Amino acid sequence: MIPKGLLYTKDHEWAKIEGDIAVIGITDHAQNQLGELTFVELPDVGKEVKQKGELAVVESSKAASDVYSPVTGKVVEVNKALQTKPETVNDECYGSGWICKIQITDKGSVQNLIDATQYEIYLKAL
Amino acid sequence: MPFIANTAEQQKQMLSEIGLTMDKLFSDIPKGLLAGSLNLPDGLPEQEVRNVLADLADKNSINLTLFLGGGFYDHFIPSAVYSIISRSEFYTAYTPYQPEVSQGTLQAIYEYQSTICRLTDMEVANASIYDGGTAMYEAMMMALRITGRNKVIIDDSVNPIYRVMIESYTRNLKIEHVLTHCETGLVDRDQILAKLNNDTAAVILQNPNFFGCIDDFSDIAEAAHKKGALLIVSSYPISLGILKTPGSMGADIVTGEGQSLGMPMSFGGPYLGFMATRMEHVRKMPGRIIGRTKDRNGNDCFVMTLQAREQHIRREKATSNICSNEALCAMTALVYLSLLGKEGLRETAQLCADKASYAYNRLTAIPGVKSHFKARWFFNEFVLDLPKDAADVIGKLIEKGFAAGFPLSRYYPDMKNCILVCVTEKRTKQQIGMFAEALESVL
Repeated sequence: MIPKGLLYTKDHEWAKIEGDIAVIGITDHAQNQLGELTFVELPDVGKEVKQKGELAVVESSKAASDVYSPVTGKVVEVNKALQTKPETVNDECYGSGWICKIQITDKGSVQNLIDATQYEIYLKAL
Repeated sequence: MPFIANTAEQQKQMLSEIGLTMDKLFSDIPKGLLAGSLNLPDGLPEQEVRNVLADLADKNSINLTLFLGGGFYDHFIPSAVYSIISRSEFYTAYTPYQPEVSQGTLQAIYEYQSTICRLTDMEVANASIYDGGTAMYEAMMMALRITGRNKVIIDDSVNPIYRVMIESYTRNLKIEHVLTHCETGLVDRDQILAKLNNDTAAVILQNPNFFGCIDDFSDIAEAAHKKGALLIVSSYPISLGILKTPGSMGADIVTGEGQSLGMPMSFGGPYLGFMATRMEHVRKMPGRIIGRTKDRNGNDCFVMTLQAREQHIRREKATSNICSNEALCAMTALVYLSLLGKEGLRETAQLCADKASYAYNRLTAIPGVKSHFKARWFFNEFVLDLPKDAADVIGKLIEKGFAAGFPLSRYYPDMKNCILVCVTEKRTKQQIGMFAEALESVL
């Protein structure tokens, strides 16, 4: 259920590190808690974010949550498909439901993330 | 009986239960801010209270013939408006707490939103907010959210009461207000363009402006958009029966005071703030929005929509602290507009403009009375230069049974002899003639 190759935050975001680019999304646990998404407020390309800084907003019919950036860097691409089909996040949160790509400017920030096993243990303890 | 009905004994019990004294309970409030004595008189028997209140009410000048506008207007209200809105099914101040149970109320609000969109030529309206001033403030905050900037340009031809409200709302926020000056009655393009830059979130204007002058802001909308700024326009809804709409000028947010749509003039309201924008900005717009959808059986139904913008869900990140609306006033506006219909609204607006034009000619024919602005582009209000202090003249005319207008020196110190005169469809030719005679007699 929790993909092995990704890194996670305790706020239920995931990051897939590809060189100095991190692909960002929210976890299955997060999408499940929110229910069917009705809107994703994507960041502007070029926005500089700090780790744990506000990155995006995911909204369902009865809740809205901030998505915090797992890494420090600059937004280089956003998943525009979510503008018309936000429910993709529910259907494929680790795949086509990705939110944005960040060029990592502080490699150290990646060290703070947890791996799939640690995230699984964390979830079980919730 | 005190407002909070507990006795000294009960207070003592409650305090001892939580182990505090009254002083300690309020210890977080700085001493200087605590109310001392409320300085209220002792209670009186009901009959005496009625006498006191009747005496106070007698101090009001009633049955004046009104030539006073300045943001609130004396329009004719068909009796059917009251009959319909006072039906118990409609008679509620706010959107209901279990909104979807109240389909009738939601449908009425939805239809109100639709009328505001058609009036302003915009794509989406909210279920209303408190009044014209709050609506303008909320539009400004919305523009800051949309653009991520913190500078706004506001012209001094915008209702000064709204400007005072905005200043008081934003005193502790880091927002730069740039005030441009209206000299000719029309907005000074050069000044606005000179101030407009890449830090500007919005240009805030009003049409007709506070002096009654009509403008077309299309060029300003275009210039603002080129810099990534928004145009906010406050409108007088009755005037939209004949004037170019803010939507067709390219405005991004349209607000206004809805009192003229079937609500009487009264101190402190309740009034009606309306607000409309384009679909692309709907998630940044504050206030409730009612949407139409289908229920599980495929029938049309109405729901509160986009609630995730609101305070009860979004908490401190909500678009506004306003999480309700002026439901009964919105209902009034809807009923009023429905009763007038498209033609009726157009006729009302045309009558206002025609009668104002007649009054302008009649009044400026009085020796010593001149039009303040050269241009004669007004809707139903205009500024006159009197040979004397306008406030004094207005005082004398009250004694003759006229509310002659608004003394502009109250907000514009340079306009000591200027009076803002308003004429609605309710004023007759005879009243205008008598007003002109009365004015001439006190000059």
